[in-house]
Amino acid sequence: MRISCTVNGEPQQADDVWAGESLLYLLRERLGFPGSKNACEQGECGSCTVYLDGVLACACLVAAGQAQGRAVRTVEGLADGGELSAIQQAFLDAGAVQCGFCTPGLLVAAHDLIERYAVPADAEIREALAGNLCRCTGYEKILEGVRLAAARRADPAGRR
Amino acid sequence: MSAGRAGQGPVLTVPVRPRPRPGGVPGSEAGAGARDEGIGANAGRPDGIPKVRGEFQYASDLWLDGMIWGVTLRSPHPYARIRSLDIGPALATPGVSAVLTHEDVPGRKHYGLEIVDQPVLAVDTVRYQGEPVALVAADHPEIARQAAKKIVVDYEVLEPVTDARTALGHRAWDGAADGGAAGEVPRLHPDGNLVRHLKLRKGDPAPVADVVVTGEYHVGMQDQAFLGPESGLAAPAEDGGVELYVATQWLHVDQRQICGALGLPPDKVRLTLAGVGGAFGGREDLSMHVHACLLALHTGKPVKMVYNREESFFGHVHRHPAVMRFEHGARRDGTLVYVKAQIYLDGGAYASSTPAVVGNAGTMGIGPYVVPNVQVDAYGAYTNNPPCGAMRGFGSVQAAFAYEAQMDRLAGTLGLDPVELRCRNAMTQGSQAPTGQVIDSPAPVEEMLRRVAALPMPPAAAWANGGAGAVDLRDLPGGVANTTHGEGVVRGVGYAVAYKNVAFSEGFDDYSTARVRLEVLGGEPVATVHTAAAEVGQGLVTVEQQIARTELGVHQVTVHPKDTAVGSAGSSSASRQTYVTGGAVKAACERVREGALAVIQRRLGRSVPDLRLAGGKVISDTEGVVGELAALLGNEVIDETVEWRHRPTYPVDPETGQGFAHVQYAFAAHRAVVDVDTELGLLKVVALDCVQDVGKAINPQAVVGQIQGGSAQGMGLAVMEEIQIAGGKIRNPSFTDYLIPTILDIPPMQIEVLEYPDPHAPYGLRGVGEPPTISSGPAIVAAVRAATGLPLNQIPVRPEHITGTG
Repeated sequence: MRISCTVNGEPQQADDVWAGESLLYLLRERLGFPGSKNACEQGECGSCTVYLDGVLACACLVAAGQAQGRAVRTVEGLADGGELSAIQQAFLDAGAVQCGFCTPGLLVAAHDLIERYAVPADAEIREALAGNLCRCTGYEKILEGVRLAAARRADPAGRR
Repeated sequence: MSAGRAGQGPVLTVPVRPRPRPGGVPGSEAGAGARDEGIGANAGRPDGIPKVRGEFQYASDLWLDGMIWGVTLRSPHPYARIRSLDIGPALATPGVSAVLTHEDVPGRKHYGLEIVDQPVLAVDTVRYQGEPVALVAADHPEIARQAAKKIVVDYEVLEPVTDARTALGHRAWDGAADGGAAGEVPRLHPDGNLVRHLKLRKGDPAPVADVVVTGEYHVGMQDQAFLGPESGLAAPAEDGGVELYVATQWLHVDQRQICGALGLPPDKVRLTLAGVGGAFGGREDLSMHVHACLLALHTGKPVKMVYNREESFFGHVHRHPAVMRFEHGARRDGTLVYVKAQIYLDGGAYASSTPAVVGNAGTMGIGPYVVPNVQVDAYGAYTNNPPCGAMRGFGSVQAAFAYEAQMDRLAGTLGLDPVELRCRNAMTQGSQAPTGQVIDSPAPVEEMLRRVAALPMPPAAAWANGGAGAVDLRDLPGGVANTTHGEGVVRGVGYAVAYKNVAFSEGFDDYSTARVRLEVLGGEPVATVHTAAAEVGQGLVTVEQQIARTELGVHQVTVHPKDTAVGSAGSSSASRQTYVTGGAVKAACERVREGALAVIQRRLGRSVPDLRLAGGKVISDTEGVVGELAALLGNEVIDETVEWRHRPTYPVDPETGQGFAHVQYAFAAHRAVVDVDTELGLLKVVALDCVQDVGKAINPQAVVGQIQGGSAQGMGLAVMEEIQIAGGKIRNPSFTDYLIPTILDIPPMQIEVLEYPDPHAPYGLRGVGEPPTISSGPAIVAAVRAATGLPLNQIPVRPEHITGTG
């Protein structure tokens, strides 16, 4: 089948998509957006987290056909051109990136969190990111990254 | 040259698909690496910007025009003979380009890290569930998977050997010698089922003590659970060779094994490291490496292989499960008199790194304590369980669970505080290890324990005083499952210490190779560092840049892609890369600096004795700034390659285990605070604090990240992670059923880093990665014991162990 959708604001189209393919496969193997990651492909690890019409979803659990006519936003769409988004910069500054395989999904989920809560409490951060596994960091620096991004947004002139 | 450019790269030369890009240059301007960041600084990762942009090329992201997909058919049985194998129906499937079996392996049919015993593809016997039997390549991964199901394998199923002591014929703890009753047990390999027996004998063979405590301990099989599954891309080359882009820990040991299997010389098998999504020991052995090369050479097309999570559980070795019996004898004041231990490690179907794991479990087996009389027997056995090999902590993790439980048991028997008992027996610099080796660098075990004990405790539980109302379910065992509001919940505090050798031991020729080039590009001095050391997430690429910046006084350092065009760096394991490859980069930089200074003196036309390089300038302490490095170097290119070794270690005596076995020791101390719901057996780790001596923190932020991440993996083994095996079969090969800690499970961690330099190591540094994984779990179990009074001799601790219902 043919699938048309937008990815990060740009129209995309793929032909000969097999009915069993996931949105993750469509993004990674057919449309050239491998940023979303394939760590478990059963919705447990969150590495493939994307926005689907503005709502978080595990791309591995969404059939490719379900993306027809919809808007997908991936980790590749978080930065504004050459400028990193606040959450991307904060992850780097906090040391929240090691191997980085969980990073794309965590960034999308954390991006969504700080859009919803200006300054999330730790308990809110933990709850929001509970679906994203990280094996390298022990999560402490991921918490720091989210706190840092939220604080910078709340006080852009601050010297943090 | 803009600061942004300096923050960029390594520029991976791996095949990638051109992709839509909204505009802008990746890595330009943004943050990390934009300051002058040598050793000791929190320098940003050179791969950080691509990683947060989703543009870093992991092995599973590789793509080449015309590439096809490879899949592996695996044995469903833990032990069986293959009577016949029919690939016809699979080969006839439209879209399939190749179906290969062991008959298509042109070179050596077996491989292995230390012992060559593992078939590239099963020959006539399968020895574990998941053993590769055949390969399929097709246009689409699903076509390949469907075709693989059409391969007809006729198995004669055999009764698997599933217990290490049974495999060795050791039925009773104090019973038969090696192989005593092995008559009834199948010999899984020609030389029998014993992979290694390490004997440690020190002091009085029949020691007597005032107080004796004994215990039997069980450690479950842990999975590395790196997030990036095994992946790679093999492309046939015009010279008849093959290019392999792969996620791995040690390119050259892969190359050696691939060359053997393909029957090709090293110059025809060229490896480049693709982006690695974590490793933790699980990528030390081959996975899809040879398979993808075979398919590529057979079809003449690039072949990509990507395991899914289920296959990943079958596709790499795990942490050895252990059964151990320990006996500690002490004087009434708590001074240890002797330790006797028997340690059984289940190596599974193939040897992998079992010999070295046995060596570590034995020589590290009694912990960082001074004990005059020691008798340890550590065994590694072949069984039909999944193969086990390297995982962070490598033998020390298993032993630490037992020796730290014993220390608490001894403290309890003597009525001593657990920290005091440990401090009373703690190693210091100058202590003798059970191998007879004298610890010849700082060993601040007591200080670490006292410091971790002095860290602030978490606030008391809101429900502890019977106070209602203020309870947040998220702070309780069971969380928002609403299983308790504090009723039946008790708190405990526990301590443990880690003890680990750094780098490869027992006489292994452990070296790394670094090539460093210094030149002027665009008016700026630029250094390029080329090593084959695998960046697996730990941040070695950052360390390489930091060392070159410090040694050459330049800001801009490019990390060359990791490949086999330069000599071996050894493995990214054993907490060794910052030490060994760091040492090699430092040595190569020193030689480059000598060359550069010789050029500069020539240009100056005179000798200045105290010239050095700093901040892009050539400086003399007596004359001040002599000039700009770029101007004085001109168009000279200084290029040096150095093979660097740490001081040698030696094999241990086969009868006594005595010898200078290890180049360096590392230590960490943990304190855990745990709340336990005694009615349901649920627990919540409230705090997990650590003090670790790292000699010198080359990158303090990365060091803390290693300690936190390592602590989390140790916690996983203590409370939730176990590959469950029944009859040799894995029952939980998924992240749905094999649980690793989430951000809800992991508590806040206070980390204190000590820097007592090791005079034998570059910059005085000490390996960092493994110690925290060793002591965090034992500290947590100690806390659960303190809270409940239960013995808890098995990890992971399960709810039924706490409720007494299992």
